[in-house]
Formats: sequence, C-alpha cells, structure tokens
Amino acid sequence: MFAKDSEVVIRAKNLTKKYKDFVAVDGIDFEVKRGESFGLLGPNGAGKSTTMKMISSVSQRTGGELTILGKEPNTHGPEIRAHLGVVPQKDLLDRELKAWENLFTYGRYFGLSRKFLKQKVEELLEFAQLTEKRNSKADDLSGGMQRRLAIARGLVNEPEILMLDEPTTGLDPQARHILWDRLFRLKEQGVTLVITTHYMDEAEQLCDRLIVMDKGKIMAEGSPAALIKQYSSKEVVEVRFGTDKNEKFAPQLEELADRIEVLPDRILLYTEKGEELLTKIVDAGLHPMTSLVRRSSLEDVFLRLTGRTLVE
Amino acid sequence: MAELSYKPGTAVDPKRAVRWGSLRVAEYRFYSMTKWMGGIIAFGLGNPILFLLSVGLGIGALVDANSGGEILGVSYLQFVAPALLASAAIQGVMDEVTFPTLDGFVWDKLFFAINATSVSARQIANGVMIVALGRGLFTTLLYLGILLLFGAVPLASFFPLLFTSMLAGWGWAALMMAITARLENDEGYFAVIGRFVIAPMFLFSGTFYPLEQMPIFLQPIGWILPLWHSTELGRTLSYDYPIEPSMIALHLGYLTLMGVVGMLLTYPKFEERLSR
Repeated sequence: MFAKDSEVVIRAKNLTKKYKDFVAVDGIDFEVKRGESFGLLGPNGAGKSTTMKMISSVSQRTGGELTILGKEPNTHGPEIRAHLGVVPQKDLLDRELKAWENLFTYGRYFGLSRKFLKQKVEELLEFAQLTEKRNSKADDLSGGMQRRLAIARGLVNEPEILMLDEPTTGLDPQARHILWDRLFRLKEQGVTLVITTHYMDEAEQLCDRLIVMDKGKIMAEGSPAALIKQYSSKEVVEVRFGTDKNEKFAPQLEELADRIEVLPDRILLYTEKGEELLTKIVDAGLHPMTSLVRRSSLEDVFLRLTGRTLVE
Repeated sequence: MAELSYKPGTAVDPKRAVRWGSLRVAEYRFYSMTKWMGGIIAFGLGNPILFLLSVGLGIGALVDANSGGEILGVSYLQFVAPALLASAAIQGVMDEVTFPTLDGFVWDKLFFAINATSVSARQIANGVMIVALGRGLFTTLLYLGILLLFGAVPLASFFPLLFTSMLAGWGWAALMMAITARLENDEGYFAVIGRFVIAPMFLFSGTFYPLEQMPIFLQPIGWILPLWHSTELGRTLSYDYPIEPSMIALHLGYLTLMGVVGMLLTYPKFEERLSR
C-alpha cells in the first residue's frame, strides 16, 4: 500500500491532455484526500472522462504533474492500478461468463489467490444482491443487475480508490439509494471515491467535494453546499408559459428576480424567497401554465457557470 | 445489498500482480475458451482434415498411381503432410488473433476492462499470443496424431515437426495480431485476408507440388509466406529431402524474424489503443 502517511492520494497540478490540436484537459489543478468522496461534474466533452482515464493510470498526460497514491502513473501505472477499483461507464463484462466467473476471473488479474477469491466472490455477490443469479451468464442479467455486477467487480481487489463513472445509470431509484448507502459505508472504511455523474442529487448525496468542468477547464470547486451558496440563490422558481411564450415574458420577469435563465421549455428565476416571488409574478398579471418553487441545486450552479444544462 | 467490510489496499501485492500479468490474461482466455471448445476443434481441424482426405488421399492416389512414387521420391501423402501440418498450426493461431482480438478492442471491449487492472497493454498482447499458440498447439498436436495414424510422417520427427509448424504459426500470428490491432472495425477485412492471403498461401507455398514447379516470377509469393518455410523444414524432417544447412538457417531465421517484427509492431499499438 502506498502513501500511508500522506493524506493526499491524488494530486494533479496543471494536468493537461492534448490529442494533436485538441485540448481535452486544459491545465487543471486538484487534490483528493484519503477517504474523501470527490466528484467530477460536466457535460459530455467537458474532459471528465479523460481526467478519469489519467487518474486510472491508463492514459498518459501530455503536460503537468499527476501523482496517484504517491506514485507517478506514467512509470508505475500497473502498480497503481493494483490498488484502484474501476467501474467504467459501459460495464465491460464478459457476457459469456457467469456472474461469479466475471468476479473470479477479474480478481485473478490482480494476482489474488483462488482461495481468497472463492470467499470474496460470494461476499461481493451478496453485496450486489446477485447471489441468486451467481450462475446466470452476464448477458442474461438485466441492465441494473449488470451494473451492480460491474460495481462488485470494481471492489474485488479491495481498492484504496474506487473510480465510478456514472455508477447508478440504469439502476432503479431504490437500488440507487441502497448503493449510495453502501458507497458511503465504504467511504467510512477509508475508501476514497472518485465519481462522475450526470445526476445532481447523486453528486449532492455522495460527494464531499467536487469540481465542475467545462471545455477541459475547472469552472468551480468546492462542496455541493458551498458551490450552491456561492453560485446560486437559496431558492428557484420555475415557470412555464409555453414554448413560444417564454421569451416574450422574460423581460418582465427579469425585473422581479435576482437573476433569470430562459431555457427552451421553462424560465428559472433565482431568489432568496420563492413563494414571495411567485406571488409577485401573479400580481404582475402574469399567469404561468405551471409553476414550481424549489431549493437551488448543483444543476443551477452548472447552468450559471456554463450556460448549459448538464444533460443535453 | 449486504455490507462489505475490508481494509483498503491490503489484499493485493502489486509486485506479484504485475509480474504474471500475461499468464493471467492467458488463464482467463483459456477458461473462456472452454465455453466453445467444440467450435474451436472444428475450426482448427476441419479445414486441414478435409484437405488431408481430399488432396492427400484422393489426389494422392491418382498421383501415386501414375508416378509410382518416382516423381517426388515419396508417396504424395508424405509429400503434402508437412505442409498440411504447418497450415493447421497457422490456421489454429490465426483463429485467435483475428476476431477474438478485435473483439477485445471493438465489440465487447474486454481489453479495456483488463487494462484497468494491474495488467499492462503489453501483457495483454502477450497473453493473447500465449493463447493463440496454445490453440495452435492443440490443433497441431491433434493433427500430427492423425498424420501419424495415416503413416504420413515418421514418429521420430514428432517434436521437430511440432516445433517448425508452431514457429510458422507464431510468425504468422504475430504479424496478424499487429494488423488486427490497427483495425478500427472488421469491415470485411478478415474475409479479404481469408480469400486473398490464406487461400493463395496454400496454393503458392509449394503445398501441393514443389514451389520450383511454378514460374520464377510467382515463386516470391511463396518465399514471403511462412507456410513455404515451414513446409521446407518439415519435408527435410519427414523424409529424404536434402536442403542446404544455410537454407535451414534461412527458414528458421525468417520465421523467427516474422514473429519478432510482428510482436514489436503489436506492442505500441496495443498501448496506444488501450490508452484512448
């Protein structure tokens, strides 16, 4: 085990990745501490997958510095990966092998003994609620089951850092909440989590700290609460007047709120007091087809920083 | 979900994990292979056995009846046996370094999952090669057994013949793996290889008649292909077929060079592709 005495398990300084003329990651700086749950947020093409690949020690940087568990990934990639658990966006399971065989064969890549794996596989099947499906081929499992199997596989080597690329995509709400709980427990045991997600509630639930990326750069960094406080208001009023009328009412609404965002399907009004603002809208003679008062979220932070919604 | 409790980072010994990566890839692929063993045997042996029956025995009977064994000095079956054996080895290894290798990059993308562990890209390539050779060895051994039963090769040449056939298999597999690693998708490429490289290889490598019988301008086709080199070595091991020691060195050297160059072209492409 590396870096026992160090609190920082991932350190990136001016981290850069270029593909010919295209800059995928543009000189970013961040640190992740042991036992922390760290999130990377951003739309497709923001550079978060490239960053994940560099942290996973499979893709070499073209500039800057990066250390994982105190080691240089360009020269110690396989040794670092021995202590990483990776849950890729696409499950990448062997569809022809049974559930237990997928876990067992994957564990063998880490040089784990058959005796160790025999017990570990059963633990992981239990963890992923797949014990009854242990003899089913991966191809015969549902999407959610395959996802759970991929997550279990990422834990087979008892990693120090667990990398999760959109971990709950394809899971039903109940399974998502159970998984969040289990990931939280892993974190309590000292496992460092690095997560990318499109789900804002997931980022808020799981991440102690996160970076918002866009066009290869870090737009903001902090805890979910701090980011919301810094970049958004306390509450948001969502109103819909109809697709072709939203633009028409925007100038009037702009005068009532601290700030507004006009989206194709709705208008978002940022304010400290949502209900009061909604009353003002009605008093001004504007009658939206639907309205909603909610608390500010990371989605609003992202919209503020990039001018785009996360899921496009 | 049940609770999972562990002390992070204590289960794996990174040095041990890194050291045997190629063998672990091979272990996994051999294990996966057991799921379709019947198909592997059929693919590996089917074609060479059909050639043995149709050409070795069928045409052989015709040739032997008309020549009395005088033209080639041995029965026609003995003449074609070393070539058929080498072709069985080449076919056996080729089956592993074409579709299953491309599958690792393009369709199931399992190489990317493997590369996320302590196994390196180079070890994945070596693991695939070990399996290709294992697959080739399996079919070549079976085929050699069949040839022995037919009395087509002498028992004393069992291991030398196995070696020269597998050397050709390795050379070809390495070259094919380097090509496969460069394919972004199949796009009918393997069908083209099958029709315009593998089929001509049988026809232009002195398999069914001495290469010298061909016009001189066609003979270089045989010279560059591994089958001719292995066939020449096999014939000198099987019966009284004298060739110069320098030619033996040339055949062995050419097949070895083909394997080394193939592997050297394979490694960087595996590394580049798996880092995308």
